Amino acid sequence: MQIDLNGEARVTGARTLAQLIEEQGFDAASVATAVNGAFVSRSARDETPLSPGARVEVLSPMQGG
Amino acid sequence: MFYGTDLTSRLLLGTAQYPSPIVLRAAIAASGAEVITVSLRREGAEGGAFREILTESGCRILPNTAGCHTVREAVTTAQMARELFGTNWIKLEVIGHADTLQPDPFALVEAARILSAEGFDVFPYTTEDLIVGEKLIEAGCRVLMPWGAPIGSGQGLRNEGGLRAMRAHFPGVPLVIDAGLGAPSQAARAMEMGFDAVLLNTAVAKATDPVAMASAFGQAVAAGRAAHAAGLMPSRDMAKASTPIFGMAELA
Repeated sequence: MQIDLNGEARVTGARTLAQLIEEQGFDAASVATAVNGAFVSRSARDETPLSPGARVEVLSPMQGG
Repeated sequence: MFYGTDLTSRLLLGTAQYPSPIVLRAAIAASGAEVITVSLRREGAEGGAFREILTESGCRILPNTAGCHTVREAVTTAQMARELFGTNWIKLEVIGHADTLQPDPFALVEAARILSAEGFDVFPYTTEDLIVGEKLIEAGCRVLMPWGAPIGSGQGLRNEGGLRAMRAHFPGVPLVIDAGLGAPSQAARAMEMGFDAVLLNTAVAKATDPVAMASAFGQAVAAGRAAHAAGLMPSRDMAKASTPIFGMAELA
């Protein structure tokens, strides 16, 4: 299915957020995630299903003021 | 001072816009800051190196919600930051205008209420408006961070009278001048006026020598704080001789 990952269209075989994180090669422990604008905690990624067109954000620490 | 945490240094330093990670690391050390601000962005290539600097600095992390324009964006960002950095502290920014980067006070208060209820220690980026300040306190904030001037403008304390009134209006609330400072003298002034701390970024990062400027700000903040504690003399319009007249010779 096609989803939107960090603003870019991706085709994925992942069915849950946890699978997507692994499939895309992110370090699961050092990113924070949101699906369709809502925070998804690390422990909830396993039971968070992805549906076509889902907007997934994977964020990490960055410089800021 | 801030949600039960006492700090030795009253300078909070931003981590953006430095010419290199090496300069950033040296500037944090030279400033003496114990709190540094960070943000959350889409995972990029340089994420790992930055994480290392954060750990190495030994500083307490104050994540921000910079760039957020709505309550929902700010709340979600705060929740993500809490998990990622393992802290309840959040510098809450809800921007209302693209040119001035002025906070949207209505959305700010609403987001502060939601986050406080969720157990966050909210550091709201606000203006010197007293009523907004009161609403933020009602919402659960135990710190207020009024702007000195628009973010990145380097104008200093643009409404000194308003900020002085704010200091007087919230005697028991830690107040941090956040944004708009361009020179150490302006930071010292804020501290002399009784503000509890200053938070800045661009003035250090965009200096010709950021590391030296970080040190200058650290000293200015400490001097201003010491001056406030020592009690400044009142200013007056006319001169008043400091050398006594008594005992002066008649030589005319």
